[in-house]
Amino acid sequence: MNRVPVPAALALGDDALVLSHRLGEWAGNAPVLEEEVALANIALDLLGQARALLSLAGDEDELAFLREERAFRNVQLVEQPNGDFAHTIARQLYFSAYQQLLYGQLASGEGPFAPLAAKAVKEVAYHLDHAEHWTLRLGDGTPESHARMQRALDALWRYTGELFEPVEGVSADWPALQDGWSAYVTDVLRRAGLTLPEGPREGAWTAGAGRQGIHTEPFGRMLAEMQHLHRSHPGASW
Amino acid sequence: MVTAPTPLEAELRALAGAVPDPELPVLTLAELGVLRGLHVLGPGRVEVELTPTYTGCPAVEAMAADIERVLHEHGQAEVSVRTVLSPAWSTDDITAEGRRKLAESGIAPPRPGARDTGPVAVELGPTRHTAAPADEAEPVRCPHCGSADTTVLSRFSSTACKALRRCEACREPFDHFKEL
Repeated sequence: MNRVPVPAALALGDDALVLSHRLGEWAGNAPVLEEEVALANIALDLLGQARALLSLAGDEDELAFLREERAFRNVQLVEQPNGDFAHTIARQLYFSAYQQLLYGQLASGEGPFAPLAAKAVKEVAYHLDHAEHWTLRLGDGTPESHARMQRALDALWRYTGELFEPVEGVSADWPALQDGWSAYVTDVLRRAGLTLPEGPREGAWTAGAGRQGIHTEPFGRMLAEMQHLHRSHPGASW
Repeated sequence: MVTAPTPLEAELRALAGAVPDPELPVLTLAELGVLRGLHVLGPGRVEVELTPTYTGCPAVEAMAADIERVLHEHGQAEVSVRTVLSPAWSTDDITAEGRRKLAESGIAPPRPGARDTGPVAVELGPTRHTAAPADEAEPVRCPHCGSADTTVLSRFSSTACKALRRCEACREPFDHFKEL
């Protein structure tokens, strides 16, 4: 049995947990019933990944509900608010493409994350398919949907550089990951009639450092909602 | 080390395998292909290996509870159900009998070969209507009338493992167990 690098399990587990919670916020608010069900199902897949990964690092409930903001190691992309539907889809496109490539690499290795990655990569293929088709529909839809999709892609672009910073304990080929991601996103946006965002995504004035525990303002509010029940009623169960 | 199951293990495995799936009760756990192993560790002590269909499938806990109950009723005092992820479950693990029962209950069964080809992307066009691409080996057929002219309404349905489709021939909506 491979020894599990705890920081790596936290990073990948927190990505999945935080995005799962964000997607869960659509329950009761999605534009159509089918999308509500779809986003909840994707959230459920991510929650399953989060449980498996955080369990490798410690007690899943303690890690999810009792850590302070600065102890979370997720990338800042996944904590961004849902915004309009286009923002949610842009976040899904950027993140699912990353996750599929990363899990694909991990699944073919022999590391401690290989069994989970081999399973999750098949689920993520459907998440990415969902995001890709909505990107095409919105980009190639009405002027309004096109404008909103472009705005969302542009707004979240600055959070994508962080995806390719190597994570301690994750043995991946990061440059190859970034190349594959860029090629994929470029192709989807071209087919959707959208423009690949420009502007810096690395460096002092861009977003990042979620992996070091630095998070954006909306994250604290999200955690407050996610954690308050558990903190108010320690040890409670269904 | 792999040893042949003892007669007791075979008997208990048959009992555990006959437990119905909590979300698709037409299928047994054996037909769904999620029961990976059963080992008698000592008198009255049994360990069962269960694999989830999807990583986050909430039915796993209900499955484990049902297995524990059945084995308790058959004299096994100490039953532990362990979740194993590897090798990852695939819809190819659903037995032929399981596929037949799915179709009979109005759920289009997954097409075979998912383990080799991976998840099959479902098409969804701007008008919601897409005929099966010509190069698609096997269309998803309507479980009601058998027509191959079916359309995706949503790629996630009542559970993560199903997509919602509609038959363009008989106009009935139906669930399709997605290839995984």
